[in-house]
Amino acid sequence: MALVLTEEQQMLRESARGLLASRAGVSHLRALRDAADSLGFEPAVWDDIVAMGWPGIAIAEDCGGLGYGHVGLGVVLEEAGRHLSPTPLQSAVLIGASALDRLATTAQRQALLPAVVAGERRLALALQEGAHHAPENTASPARREGRGWRLSGSKRLVLGAPGATDFLVIARSDGQPGDRSGLSAFLVPADAPGLQVEPRSLVDSGPAGALRYADLQLGDEALLGSPGGAWQGLETALDIANIGLAAELLGLSTEAFERTVAYLRERKQFGRPIGSFQGLQHRAAELYAELELARSLVLKALQAIDAGDPQLSLLASSCKAKLCEVAQRATNEAIQMHGGIGMTDEFDIGFFIKRARLVQHCFGDYNYHLDRYARLSGF
Amino acid sequence: MHNRAFLSVSKTYCMFKSGVTRTEKQEKKVADLDAFRAEVREWLEANCPASMREPVRGFEDIYMGGRKPEVRHPDQPLWCQRMAQRGWTVPHWPAEYGGAGLDRDRVKVLRQEMDRINARSPLESFGISMLGPALLEFGSEAQKREHLPPIARGEIRWCQGYSEPNAGSDLASLQTRAEDCGDHYRINGQKIWTSYADKADWIFCLVRTDSSGSKHEGISFILFDMASEGVSTRPIRLISGASPFCETFFDNVRAWKKDLVGEPGKGWSIAKYLLTHEREMISAFGTAPRQSLGDAALAHFGRDAQGRLASPVLRTEIARYQLDSLAFSATMERVGDEVKAGQGLGAASSIFKYYGTELNKRRHELNLAVDGESALGWSGEIYDGGVVCRDWLRSKGNSIEGGTSEIQLNIIAKRVLGLPD
Ligand SMILES: Cc1cc2nc3c(=O)[nH]c(=O)nc-3n(C[C@H](O)[C@H](O)[C@H](O)COP(=O)(O)OP(=O)(O)OC[C@H]3O[C@@H](n4cnc5c(N)ncnc54)[C@H](O)[C@@H]3O)c2cc1C
Repeated sequence: MALVLTEEQQMLRESARGLLASRAGVSHLRALRDAADSLGFEPAVWDDIVAMGWPGIAIAEDCGGLGYGHVGLGVVLEEAGRHLSPTPLQSAVLIGASALDRLATTAQRQALLPAVVAGERRLALALQEGAHHAPENTASPARREGRGWRLSGSKRLVLGAPGATDFLVIARSDGQPGDRSGLSAFLVPADAPGLQVEPRSLVDSGPAGALRYADLQLGDEALLGSPGGAWQGLETALDIANIGLAAELLGLSTEAFERTVAYLRERKQFGRPIGSFQGLQHRAAELYAELELARSLVLKALQAIDAGDPQLSLLASSCKAKLCEVAQRATNEAIQMHGGIGMTDEFDIGFFIKRARLVQHCFGDYNYHLDRYARLSGF
Repeated sequence: MHNRAFLSVSKTYCMFKSGVTRTEKQEKKVADLDAFRAEVREWLEANCPASMREPVRGFEDIYMGGRKPEVRHPDQPLWCQRMAQRGWTVPHWPAEYGGAGLDRDRVKVLRQEMDRINARSPLESFGISMLGPALLEFGSEAQKREHLPPIARGEIRWCQGYSEPNAGSDLASLQTRAEDCGDHYRINGQKIWTSYADKADWIFCLVRTDSSGSKHEGISFILFDMASEGVSTRPIRLISGASPFCETFFDNVRAWKKDLVGEPGKGWSIAKYLLTHEREMISAFGTAPRQSLGDAALAHFGRDAQGRLASPVLRTEIARYQLDSLAFSATMERVGDEVKAGQGLGAASSIFKYYGTELNKRRHELNLAVDGESALGWSGEIYDGGVVCRDWLRSKGNSIEGGTSEIQLNIIAKRVLGLPD
């Protein structure tokens, strides 16, 4: 497969840019933050996104989606990163829907995914328990009870929690923390009795939360896929999520970089544009080269999802690790090269570094994925 | 409901045709490529000598042809000759100039099939990677017919006369003079760092035919035989111990006018065009080597209780290098595909030159870290002639030759990012 965007995918990019820039740009994010909006997105914007069909881009046609593939979804996410668009695209579509898609049985997928495509069901993945991503260490238990299940425990960093209609909870039905086997996935409605959803205020001012549940009673139909057998689907879903988040980081970093280069051209000191100083020119040029490399890896990894590449995990970890590194550098340089104004809340560049660190952290940061890359490479 | 509205631009719906089904033409193309692959595979199997399926050992082991070729193994000229007969030393050049006229897809297949059996490149030279592309773009028909086929066959080896003692990064300030003498030019001056000047048969050389205008004007691109009267070379020894490059002196050397490429005084754009090809050639060093550094390190350090390479800091450095190398190769692939699709990246050769050579230097530093004392051996059989060490030292030149890393960053900053002077 050629490593380029097709004409159609480029059209999709224009389309995404048009909608997100006008309806869900950085000023929109600022307005939501200043209003301390608890939902974290504007329902009318979500309706527009649903009308565009984006929630169904990567979902198979037999589940009501467009079957257009993850390269398409990645293109949209890159634009969402560029504009820091506060929408449930990441939490509900990239993460929630992918997890459901990979964890559920065919019958469950066909029954549940059409509502996701229609924007009516917004899923949120409830996985992380500690301060760091470590899915195999999941400890909160799920116990068989009669024909159903009983779940207890707590989850943190549940992205999109305040606006979620359902949670996809990963729990341990067998084995010990650290085991890959023995994990099971459950679909839990947000209004399930015994489930507490606590909003959490994180650095990017996006909608996240924690879950607390004790003796949560679930019927057998709440189990997605087979009991104790969630690992494989979960791993693939996390690979997809990381690649999609890498696409978001690519957009975010590119935008932060372009804003910085524009500032270098315009800001004058010592009677000349600061962009004429070679010390800054070389740092900008190096960053540009890094961004070009990052772009290639993101596209390769997105294509690998659609091609069912057996090396998907290796590519996902390379891509997430690289984008964590580049996003960190791009956002740090953005602040430094703006000088004092870059430190002010009134200036938008701060929103980029805040969102970047959150996305970097989610589902494994640079250290996690560099280690995983080495492990998967056999050393 | 989802009638591909997702492709509409800001809700102004526009029509598009879905082209998902493969056309007959595409089917035929795939079948043709498969047939070509089978043919290549069979031919390589029959014609590539076993010794040429062994990896090249160091820089000096690459076959470069010429009137008096350096032959490390008798199969080198044979392998070169066989490949040249098929036009496969320069597969993408037109057949009338010694190539095979293959399109990009077929060239890719040929490379893949060669890689599959670890076949060495039969011939590498400045003629192939630098002068050839420049002549194909700027040469007259007569010049192409005279000079390209001997390059393709490995008969004439070329060197590059660009740098001078006072014209390195600031190449356009070069001073070597060429005086108009009717049917020829008389050339006087000095070049430096001329790689393989003492081994090369001909030189492509930048000379000043006019010094009245700005420094970029008045430069001409001319070709002449290194056996001409008045040419002398003095090898310079490198830190790696080898002496691949020379000081080159021209004392009333005669160069024929028919061998001036393009117009007199208009050689700068040819020189720059050639440099982009040189940079691409040098940057190819950045792609990952066949043997993984991880495996090499495991052989020295073993694994810890968790199965990880038992040298945690080195493990991190290797992983970082390999990851960047993967991203670099993906970028070469992407830019190649973009060019094919009529898109393309501005100043791509500068990005590749900068990144590829810096990566290559990192790889050689890691070789040292992995191999320890063995990598510091300078000579003797036990150290394999010091090849790891010498290649490490040689790699330092990658970010200098063909325009330094700093110059590439200047180019990216100015041409791509539009930053002011
Ligand atoms: C192994 C090798 C093979 C070579 N082969 C050939 C050959 O076959 N033919 C040929 O013609 N030449 C050849 N060269 C020469 C090569 O092209 C020059 O060495 C190169 O262009 C740099 O010029 P210089 O050596 O004069 O360094 P200088 O230009 O003096 O540079 C010294 C340092 O200053 C930096 N610098 C210079 N200008 C700037 C600037 N504007 N901004 C920031 N930093 C700057 C450089 O990056 C470098 O770090 C070869 C060189 C090497 C190392």
